[in-house]
Amino acid sequence: MPGILHSLPYFVAGWLLLCGLYGLVTSKHLVHAVVCLAILQSSTYMLLLAIGYRVGGAAPIFADISTSKLVVDPVVQALMLTDIVVEAVVVALLLAMVVKAHEKSGSVSPNDLRTLRG
Amino acid sequence: MTERARNTLFFIAGPVLFFLYGYAALNLPPWGSYRGPYGDAIARLVVYQRHATDIVNAINYDYRGFDTLGEEFILFTAVLGVSMLLRKEESALTKPAGKLSDEVALSGAVRAVNLPALLITTIFGLYIGLHGQLTPGGGFQAGVILATGIVLIYICENTSAFWRITSHSIVEVTEALGAGAYAIIGIIPLFAGLPFLCNFIPLGTTGDVFSSGTIALISASVGVEVTASFLLVVYIYLQEIIAGALSEED
Repeated sequence: MPGILHSLPYFVAGWLLLCGLYGLVTSKHLVHAVVCLAILQSSTYMLLLAIGYRVGGAAPIFADISTSKLVVDPVVQALMLTDIVVEAVVVALLLAMVVKAHEKSGSVSPNDLRTLRG
Repeated sequence: MTERARNTLFFIAGPVLFFLYGYAALNLPPWGSYRGPYGDAIARLVVYQRHATDIVNAINYDYRGFDTLGEEFILFTAVLGVSMLLRKEESALTKPAGKLSDEVALSGAVRAVNLPALLITTIFGLYIGLHGQLTPGGGFQAGVILATGIVLIYICENTSAFWRITSHSIVEVTEALGAGAYAIIGIIPLFAGLPFLCNFIPLGTTGDVFSSGTIALISASVGVEVTASFLLVVYIYLQEIIAGALSEED
């Protein structure tokens, strides 16, 4: 079994996931909950980049290096770009919902949103 | 569920998740020893097959182009959702324009910096967008930078200046055009009997700005779409803030 140092980035990703979950569960404010969701999602960046990393690997840009050089995995980096874009718009959409929830119920606490009202 | 029950459940489930995750993480291949094969295979192929040197963009806009089309429509739908959720009644929109002015007296220094900053940001955004197939960058990044440039006008001037240059309908049409252009670039090859999103344009010389065929074109259309989307979101939120300020005044 490799030492814990060899899996440290995976644990950082797990830690971010738990931090985000903890924040969501104990949230007292909807904006705070949205930010916690963003933190939770950032754990996936960490995990994706950690999986594709190679010690001594160059960035996957062949503009100024030879094509025979070993590079880190570009597939997970492309996935991560998708991830970031989706996170940005999900946050925008959720914040719009927070504004509406505040307008309808006059409160920004997740505990006050028990029933669905039209 | 009461808050207490929810917390208790989390303090049981959280550690369980942590230990299961930790067990799994310890059994993953050690960090930094990526073994492939897909990343290595594609990194070898892209330069020869597509004449693009930024592998990440070549994957996003070509090999995985169908996914990115979906991603772009996620962006489009989410912005649509924001604008639908926060839409205003006609009466709220036609409030006297004079009341909208939040004419704060800004220092002359801030306003003097505005124009050069806008110029530099725009040129940087265009550079990042046009060189996406060669160096890190591409449509998504360029779109965010270009939108930031225009938001600088709001920061350095005021809301009415921002509203003057970003007409709601123009931004909306631009956004739709950006999203539609991607789909159209994908559909054109179908008429020649080629697969959807096939790279049908001559690939050009590797390292040239006009190289890599549809990768550069799609990147540009994504850039237009992202710029318009972000401007639209900022526009809608500004409208919301101003509507809120107006209703407090009433």
